[in-house]
Amino acid sequence: MKLSIPLLSAPYRAFSLVILAGLAACGPAPAPQGINDPYETENRATHAFNVALDRNILKPLSSGMGGGPVSTGIGNFADNLGTPGDVVNNLLQVRLGRATHNTLRFAINSTIGLGGIFDPATAMGVTEKKTDFGETLHVWGVEEGAYVELPLLGPSTQRDALGSVVDLALDPMNYLLPRPESYVGTMAKLAAKLGDRGRYSATVDSILYDSADSYIQARLLYLQNRRYELGQTSGESASFEDPYEDPYGQ
Amino acid sequence: MDNDFTQISRRRFAAGFALGSVALALPLPLRALTVDEARALVDKAVGDINKVINSGKSETAMYGDFERIFSKYSDVAVIARSALGPAAKSASSGQMNAFTKAYQGYISRKYGRRFREFIGGTIEVTGAQPVKSYYEVISVAHLKGEAPFDLRWHVSDKSGRNLFFNIIIEGVNMLASERAEIGAMLDKRKGDLDALIGDLKSA
Repeated sequence: MKLSIPLLSAPYRAFSLVILAGLAACGPAPAPQGINDPYETENRATHAFNVALDRNILKPLSSGMGGGPVSTGIGNFADNLGTPGDVVNNLLQVRLGRATHNTLRFAINSTIGLGGIFDPATAMGVTEKKTDFGETLHVWGVEEGAYVELPLLGPSTQRDALGSVVDLALDPMNYLLPRPESYVGTMAKLAAKLGDRGRYSATVDSILYDSADSYIQARLLYLQNRRYELGQTSGESASFEDPYEDPYGQ
Repeated sequence: MDNDFTQISRRRFAAGFALGSVALALPLPLRALTVDEARALVDKAVGDINKVINSGKSETAMYGDFERIFSKYSDVAVIARSALGPAAKSASSGQMNAFTKAYQGYISRKYGRRFREFIGGTIEVTGAQPVKSYYEVISVAHLKGEAPFDLRWHVSDKSGRNLFFNIIIEGVNMLASERAEIGAMLDKRKGDLDALIGDLKSA
């Protein structure tokens, strides 16, 4: 299928229900196999930049962060601000059940959760169901494309990189909140990222600094996990690995 | 920053691998494997892990405990061979034995370092199914302060015993990850397997 460009440049006007239904009828793209990385040289340069950024800025800034109540509150607040964007994507995906779920979650946490600082919704069984425009594109039948590592954002694919850009434009919080207030959300999201970096420091360090080739590990983890998130690895094919039949691997 | 490394790390791969390794590290009666039996086995394994974690032993001593469990209940030879990849074809049997032994210690230390992260964690087995030539045990891991995540174990009796040989955490395949890592280590040493074996012993 083809995505027309005006659709992307004017997202709100162009997404009529008719178009949506048509797009959704295309069905998801077939499950990708293996690793498609024709830009490995460029990606590795970006990876080196990202690792240097992490080593010199993110890691030192985040050390000792994460796990505490303040950090958890900031994380919850940032997640809650992202939920309306999830709802928009759920609607674009014509997944109305999930759109309702996320709307309910946003309502609960914005009120009882004191503006999203707490997360009573999870305790009530309305757990986090994150999505993004990359997934919306997947639902519409757009294939994964080549692997790309983005500056700051890290591992991605051509489809998901486009999704990241569109998500910025789609986020209703950018339109609903007046200027100074909307910056609070941006700051909270950045602080939440630092909190995550601190909280999961052992895991991130093991990928970025303890592995023999952190680029390959990050690429493999991202692609496998992303395909799993999109439901492309359910069943036996993608995770199938029988070392007894093929003890040397591929 | 949606696709940051921290996003990946959320999934707690290393911790999950370590937990899964030990949890599956019990001989399973494959033919009669039921959800209840699998759950009982995993519960017992998690109890064993917690015993080690809460033993008050030094971290180094815990690596030893983990290595014993790993060597007893997983098919270390097949995991090591698979991790080594194509280089296993040209290796002598002496080199394979040395590599397997060094790899066993390496992987025990690598995942053993992460043990403390799942103090208080539980695993809930939700199902088991045959997949082609082996069995897949499906479970949900609940770690403290984490969203629950999907953890699957692959078990085979091809070695003559029921042993686990792979763990899948939210789609991420331990064997594939290990093969990429060992392959990169071997490349760094210009394909010198003996050098890799020597370095693995202290890695």
